[in-house]
Amino acid sequence: MRLNILNHGYNAGTKILFAIIKAVSRYPLPDAAKIIFYRPDFYGRPAKKFTQRAMRGPSAWSVGDRELMAAYVSNLNQCSFCIKAHSAVAAQAYNDRAKVDKALADLNTGNIGEPLRATLSLLGKLTRANSIDANDIRTVMAAGASQQQIEDALAVCFAFNVTNRLADALGFFVPGPDAFDAGAKYLLKRGYQ
Amino acid sequence: MANNNDTSSFRHLCQGLVSRVLKGKGYSSQTDRQAAFNNAGLAEPLKTLIDKTANQAYKVSDGDIDAVLQSGLSEDQIFELVVCAAVGQSSRQYMNALSALDEVAKENKGGGHAS
Repeated sequence: MRLNILNHGYNAGTKILFAIIKAVSRYPLPDAAKIIFYRPDFYGRPAKKFTQRAMRGPSAWSVGDRELMAAYVSNLNQCSFCIKAHSAVAAQAYNDRAKVDKALADLNTGNIGEPLRATLSLLGKLTRANSIDANDIRTVMAAGASQQQIEDALAVCFAFNVTNRLADALGFFVPGPDAFDAGAKYLLKRGYQ
Repeated sequence: MANNNDTSSFRHLCQGLVSRVLKGKGYSSQTDRQAAFNNAGLAEPLKTLIDKTANQAYKVSDGDIDAVLQSGLSEDQIFELVVCAAVGQSSRQYMNALSALDEVAKENKGGGHAS
């Protein structure tokens, strides 16, 4: 990462934890997880609470749907780390890599239901234009998404608009596909806490 | 819609994050953190780093960070201000979207449901 404190500025206990994770998983802790441990009272702890609630809390959206939303928002923000990380999680959650790749390539031809397609489109407009209006919400509801599903999706959108910006501004290292697959297994098993 | 008194609600958790990065203990002043959050009122070279973080983060370069370090800010200050910029831009989007959702929820009161 571009700031040395984010590469080396951890206390002894945290460094030991990082070493254990590397020994067990065979991969170093990804930078997205590392920054959560850096002065966690400032950003990591409150961010982790929000993200865990959005990605693994109760919702009518499946975990795969929410991970696809994360990958979709990341794709629009051109955030290489998060596209790879969350398309890997979505692919494992759905057990269908092609479904994820097709949705990211073209929302209109991807093999996803109308409520999810309309919701992803809404998140896309919000991410690109920074605003949406009541008519945009009504369109998604007419496609079959409930108000609660929209609120849940907006939370995913917020979480990843923050994370994408941090990933690119701070310069998260982008590892190879094997590391992302290992990280995806971890995120499916343990979530974001 | 969500009850803001529900400590697990998205709005409550978002407010907690915003409040912490703006008003909690830090190495940068609250004034600078608020300016980074708002992406307004900053001088170069910090202005460029914060504006890129808010609007085109994929364009941030090593040189943008180095220039701010050279201007005298510490790494901890830069970390805090980049976090404020990311949370600021994202929370403006989020609050705008929640307002639109609230407008529709009000229309549908009694019919729809959203926690």
